[in-house]
Amino acid sequence: MSCSGSGGGTCQSLCRRTKDDEVQPPPPSVSPKDGRDEPGSKVDQSLCSKCGEEKPAWNSLCLACFRSSLFGKFKLAVTSNAMISPSDKVLVAFSGGSASRVALQFIHELRCKSLKNWDASKSQGLPVFAVGVAFVDESAVGLNPSIGMSNIIEEINSVVSELAPAKKELHVTSMEGLFCKNFDDGRSCLNELLDSITDATGKEDFTQYLRMLSLQKIALDNNYTKLLLGSCASKMARLIISATVKGQGFSLPANLQYVDSRWEVPVVLPLRDCLAQELAMLCHLDGLKTTQLFNSPVGINGLVSSFVARLQEENPSRERTIVRTGEKLKAFSFNKFTQDGYYDFLPSIIRPKFQNVNHEESKPEFLCPICGSPLSDSEWKHLKGTKGMYQTSIEMFASQCCQSCRFQILPKDTSSL
Amino acid sequence: MEEGKRAVGRLCSICSQRRPALKRPKTLEQICRECFYAVFEEEIHRVIMENHLFKAGERIAVAASGGKDSTVLAYVLSELNRRHDYGLDLFLLSVDEGITGYRDDSLETVKRNEIQYGLPLKVVSYKDLYGWTMDEIVKVIGLKNNCTFCGVFRRQALDRGAALLKVDKLVTGHNADDMAETVLLNILRGDIARLSRCTFIMTGEDGPIPRCKPFKYTYEKEIYAYFKKLDYFSTECIYSPNAYRGFAREFIKDLERIRPQAILDIIRSGEDFRISSSTRMPDQGTCERCGYISSQKLCKACVLLEGLNRGLPKLGISRTREAINGSERLHKTGRLPKAEAERPILQSKPCGNLEF
Repeated sequence: MSCSGSGGGTCQSLCRRTKDDEVQPPPPSVSPKDGRDEPGSKVDQSLCSKCGEEKPAWNSLCLACFRSSLFGKFKLAVTSNAMISPSDKVLVAFSGGSASRVALQFIHELRCKSLKNWDASKSQGLPVFAVGVAFVDESAVGLNPSIGMSNIIEEINSVVSELAPAKKELHVTSMEGLFCKNFDDGRSCLNELLDSITDATGKEDFTQYLRMLSLQKIALDNNYTKLLLGSCASKMARLIISATVKGQGFSLPANLQYVDSRWEVPVVLPLRDCLAQELAMLCHLDGLKTTQLFNSPVGINGLVSSFVARLQEENPSRERTIVRTGEKLKAFSFNKFTQDGYYDFLPSIIRPKFQNVNHEESKPEFLCPICGSPLSDSEWKHLKGTKGMYQTSIEMFASQCCQSCRFQILPKDTSSL
Repeated sequence: MEEGKRAVGRLCSICSQRRPALKRPKTLEQICRECFYAVFEEEIHRVIMENHLFKAGERIAVAASGGKDSTVLAYVLSELNRRHDYGLDLFLLSVDEGITGYRDDSLETVKRNEIQYGLPLKVVSYKDLYGWTMDEIVKVIGLKNNCTFCGVFRRQALDRGAALLKVDKLVTGHNADDMAETVLLNILRGDIARLSRCTFIMTGEDGPIPRCKPFKYTYEKEIYAYFKKLDYFSTECIYSPNAYRGFAREFIKDLERIRPQAILDIIRSGEDFRISSSTRMPDQGTCERCGYISSQKLCKACVLLEGLNRGLPKLGISRTREAINGSERLHKTGRLPKAEAERPILQSKPCGNLEF
């Protein structure tokens, strides 16, 4: 297969375009140039390969063109998947890292544009979507204890309040809030739960799941209708490899799509086509403040991450190739919005694209109660075959989990639950 | 293996009589040497039966390189054939690539195996089939890309040898580690067509000579432990010491260290992938020149061979598709083949060979 093969739809054209951008810089600048070169070092004569006016800042693009290419990917993902409808209230999951920082910045700009259009429009019939920001305090599970959490929250507050004109609400919640109203009880509950998971990778994956629950809780409590994550292509590439390694080949495409409506508040990933390196560079060039809060991944996830990083170093398009492989796998019915009339706000020209797909696959999927992965045929058979053989509800619960969760998250001895 | 440091005073978890000699990576059981041999063979037998790999009366060629995997495979198959009365006619099939200092030595091992296991041996050589030995090829093209030639030629040589032996099936010693690695590599290169079929235990069932991999679920570690009792040959190919599949292999070994089950999990993932039905798959056809299966007009071996014989050894290596069509387009456009072959390789990496 070649990289120009069919499948992948909208992203395909996008990837090709970016590839061309990388491939066709004017000859004089090609040889000694590293993408990281600051403008004005060796490549003085050469200009941005797109506009031909400014000095290149990144990958032979000037800052403005680089910025607009990233924003273009973001916007294309939003519009071509009908991610945000005018009546939506969008919650941006903000971790302080560069990906979610860019996501926040871009959604802010998108809203500003919509507001401008709204002001200018005569009827003002359609509303403009609202934006809020969520931060999950994970100090309870031992994330970078060196930095004071109150400082970080203050910093985030200042970032969010700087995004004028439209004011955005900032919701901060701690993970232990999921368990108990009382802070200390919640914390001991959380630690007890996590300590019962012996596998380091399993613990990390479970923490991720709890983080998602916390975000969902914020969204539900505050009537948000979409949850926007900053997951980028680099993260997706790692996810594809680690899911493969964990034996989740069947459910892998579920977590890879732009839209995931398994959750009560659907999750959208508009930055899925941008590389982490690009996003970090944009933050750097635009002077957007970021903080690295998460510890580097451990266990299987850590191995995968360093493996992909090494491959990416050897070939800068490796992460995109991995994501493209993942795209060729079939998505699930919940990877689009399912409520009736959702797509009505779209212009009639593109509406059929979504509505036709809706009727195609109606088979209900059975989801793992822990990670939400759809069960594969063999897991489904296993579940059916063992039906009625369980004495306790805990054994029953364990039997409904996917094989991967049973291995790395559930304790080997179910009686200890 | 991990000669019982912790296992002192503990007994084999199967027979509870002898001291454990190794820990099975699949199950983490500590078992003794005798039980290991029994379990190992029993597991291969189960895989063969469950997947209906063989029918009674079939002629089967074992692709034998003299290395660990194929030596164990030849021994275990002949053993199981006797013990469980499969009714198979077994043969050894070796390919002589013509690599001095490597293949000639390993062929000696295969010849000893022929006598030890009483299996007839057939050797096909690159020199006879293609007119070139690997030594000669390396002289022309150098140490870069030589594995492409060797790999493509070997695949076809095995099929031709199997046809000469008039066998019904060809078995290869690919183990679980190899399978896991192939799954990963196909993801890394975006090769969805190969990704969908690389985990099949039997391939080419509609073709003349199907291939199967009885060691699909067998860990390399266990094969190594098993073959300690056998006669084997162990050196690396002199033209690719360590280079082959470098990063991915290392990654799998690291994974196995922290989670032995990961290798089987990768294979399971490979089996479970939901390949979209709208994904375009290359059409399988036959080579116009030699009749071998090919998705292009000419099979890869013929393209490579043409390059060698015409003194353009890069043909077929850089930018696959263009090189293959290139030889046709030449006649139409009258462009020099050299220009075609030596074009700057703009996008060689994403779809070409994954050489680290």
